[in-house]
Amino acid sequence: MRHQFDTVIICSGLAGLRAALEASNGGNVAVLSKLYPTRSHSTTAQGGIGAALGNEEPDKPEWHFYDTVKGSDFLGDQDAIEIMCEDAIRAIIELEHLGVPFSRTPEGRIAQRYFGGHTRDFGVAPVRRACYSADRTGHAIVFALYEQCQLKGVKFFPEFFVLDIVIENTRCHGVITLEISTGEFHIFSSKATLIASGGYGRVFKTTSNAYASTGDCLSILFNRVIPLEDMEFFQFHPTGLYGIGILITEGARGEGGILINGKGERFMERYAPTIKDLAPRDMVCRAILTEIREGRGIDGKDYIYLDLRHIPKKTLQERLPEISTFCKIYMGIDPSEQPIPVIPTAHYTMGGIPTDIDGRVFMDEKGSVVNGLFAAGECACVSVHGANRLGCNSLLDTVVFGRRAGNAIRDEIKEIEYGRIRNNELEKSRMLIDSILTSDGKEKIANIRTDLQDRMMEHCSVFREEKNLKGLIDSIGILKERTEDIGLKDKTRKFNTELIDAIELKHMLTLSEVIASSALERKESRGAHYREDHPERDDTIWMKHTLAFKTDKGIEFRYKPVKITRFKSEERRY
Amino acid sequence: MHDSGCLMGKYRFRIKRFSQEEDSSSRWDTFSIDMKPMERVLDGLDRIKDYADGSLTFRRSCGHGICGSCAMKINGRNRLSCQTLIKDMPETIRIEPLEAFPVIKDIVVDMDDFFKKNDYVLPYLINDEPPPERERLQSQAEQEKILESITCIMCGSCTSSCPIYWTDNQYLGPSSILKAYRFIFDSRDRAKEERLGKISGAHGVWRCHSIFNCVESCPKEIDITGHITELKRLALKKNLHL
Ligand SMILES: Cc1cc2nc3c(=O)[nH]c(=O)nc-3n(C[C@H](O)[C@H](O)[C@H](O)COP(=O)(O)OP(=O)(O)OC[C@H]3O[C@@H](n4cnc5c(N)ncnc54)[C@H](O)[C@@H]3O)c2cc1C
Ligand code: SF4
Ligand code: FES
Repeated sequence: MRHQFDTVIICSGLAGLRAALEASNGGNVAVLSKLYPTRSHSTTAQGGIGAALGNEEPDKPEWHFYDTVKGSDFLGDQDAIEIMCEDAIRAIIELEHLGVPFSRTPEGRIAQRYFGGHTRDFGVAPVRRACYSADRTGHAIVFALYEQCQLKGVKFFPEFFVLDIVIENTRCHGVITLEISTGEFHIFSSKATLIASGGYGRVFKTTSNAYASTGDCLSILFNRVIPLEDMEFFQFHPTGLYGIGILITEGARGEGGILINGKGERFMERYAPTIKDLAPRDMVCRAILTEIREGRGIDGKDYIYLDLRHIPKKTLQERLPEISTFCKIYMGIDPSEQPIPVIPTAHYTMGGIPTDIDGRVFMDEKGSVVNGLFAAGECACVSVHGANRLGCNSLLDTVVFGRRAGNAIRDEIKEIEYGRIRNNELEKSRMLIDSILTSDGKEKIANIRTDLQDRMMEHCSVFREEKNLKGLIDSIGILKERTEDIGLKDKTRKFNTELIDAIELKHMLTLSEVIASSALERKESRGAHYREDHPERDDTIWMKHTLAFKTDKGIEFRYKPVKITRFKSEERRY
Repeated sequence: MHDSGCLMGKYRFRIKRFSQEEDSSSRWDTFSIDMKPMERVLDGLDRIKDYADGSLTFRRSCGHGICGSCAMKINGRNRLSCQTLIKDMPETIRIEPLEAFPVIKDIVVDMDDFFKKNDYVLPYLINDEPPPERERLQSQAEQEKILESITCIMCGSCTSSCPIYWTDNQYLGPSSILKAYRFIFDSRDRAKEERLGKISGAHGVWRCHSIFNCVESCPKEIDITGHITELKRLALKKNLHL
């Protein structure tokens, strides 16, 4: 079936929903997602969204700006960071007006709490900047925005899986999708297409990410010769539940939780004397794994404790109810009485589709844009997070840059014609599906996927090294070949989730290769990218963004400068 | 604690299977698999799909009880498969799709009607007064009033378990009424009357006979019947009874 919309938005996470609200002021909008909108990954966000509201104590956008630059290990583009931090207050107030049920102070204002790397006076002491709705902040915001989109008449297409994004001669024409429930193809041509398809944390074994976070659209664009930026920077979060990786929000440390090793020491005092357990995630992850490597895990094993026992029960109940429930359900422990076993878990993708500050997608290092193509949210790289994202800045990124992209779309569609998608484009998607469905190959999806996730975890997570990365890239090549021999049990068309799994696996392999190759290329340590064979940051050579291009000869790297407007690079100490 | 997660045991998953495309009626398949006590029922389903029968079809996304995708009937009770642990299960685990919604394939049901019902109650904050420069103030007590209702994850367990919904498919159902509550009692909303009118029609609150199935099946432990009762009281006050 064919559809025509002024704006087509891929995916209904926060970035997509926020953009849809804006774009709907300029024409009709379709939002497609492989899930129902309220099931988007954004609903899992727990701890909060950052803005210097100053509701609990004095705070300034300027300090937020500094913290974000320093958190990014000076790789973030400062023009974009400044926009985000300056716009944060307006953005949060607007969310409140749209109905988000933020937790409140006794005066009835939006409540705020401590979070990693949020400080006052340029690093002097922690500051309460995270606005939250208990530990269900993402859920609260997704619902409010979804509800407002309904009021605006945005048309939703739930459980539509994007197969292809059609780009021809520097112009995006729209997308080709599979309606999962019927197995039918739907072609959406548009004036503007926004990609807001989130991250790809599923490429790692231990992950806090939803099953849906497989990065399909990034892989599709990469194969369409759009470069991917800073893919070597992948964030691990220090506190995933031991064994399953489910996240315990940094808000738990914001409310006073501390990390302790097998000797009962509060080890973060050694690594970040000023802000201790509230240091940025890259540093805390390395500290935890160093403790474990040096034999100071709990009972010498491969985890440490997050201790919340000294936090008043009432605070746990009111401000961290969900994570208390997770601990009870999944670990069988009550966090008010027992410490929580945790390990770093794959969490957030700093890199992604290169965009300008209004979401326009760049197709090279010189700043040429693809007409009619926009990206925002976790899949995009503006770049506000640089080498390491600060907690609460992702939700902020989605609403600030989602809105800006929506605004740009609203203005630009006046001048653009509808895209035209020719039948031969559809044929490519049809052939992909048919070849998977009719293959009588012997390989199982799960074997390849598990192999990939294990290897990515082992060689490309918190600590990296040349030899291991090279080995990893070779094995990804072999896994790619093995995918050609996948055979499905399910040969039907309707609601074939095995088929979806197979396509997602192909995308995960493509992205893993880009991540590992980018990591191999960057011979320094910065933010979340730590090379044991190059342990120092090297500003003289590496103060630049990586762009990975697909070419006939394999992945090619080009670079572009970091935008530095205000804060000069300095040693990163906390 | 988590260490007890190591002891493997055999579990029999009895799963109700059906495919709109291939079958005229449903059947039961049994899979015998090794599971650890601290694993989720969802892990079992994944293992079956991954290694035994790739055509087994079910929804899931977050894996920890917040996206609402994975509600299903487990041993006769609606639950989230990602929040139900093996240690709490007998050796035979019966898995069926949610009742009352049309089955598309295996455990996957058609939820369009469920979401559409929601649209009917004007599920969005309505307030046309010019907003203040900063946030609208809301006291902690005012927020407390809607606290339970905002935790709903739209999993469908409640509506699927409601005997009234089984017989009257026009009934709004517990979750949509809860959604109406969430806005009617939000101190910032200004469309209470309109919404109250919508839920006190022939297929609204008065159809609820306080059977409490919904409360029992809600994974978020929301006292849905309590919320509906409060709405009935409010509707009575406004003379909005049938
Ligand atoms: C457990 C957890 C807690 C977090 N807590 C916080 C927090 O407290 N504060 C904070 O700032 N950030 C937090 N984050 C990060 C933040 O939640 C995410 O970065 C953000 O929500 C991403 O939003 P998005 O709109 O970019 O994408 P998403 O919400 O991920 O939405 C993208 C959607 O795209 C869809 N999609 C993908 N591929 C396709 C395809 N091929 N076809 C159709 N649809 C597709 C999927 O349905 C997916 O749900 C947290 C993340 C996790 C995992
Ligand atoms: S009220 Fe409970 S059972 Fe009903 S949809 Fe919401 S979370 Fe699910
Ligand atoms: S998978 Fe999200 S609620 Fe179970």
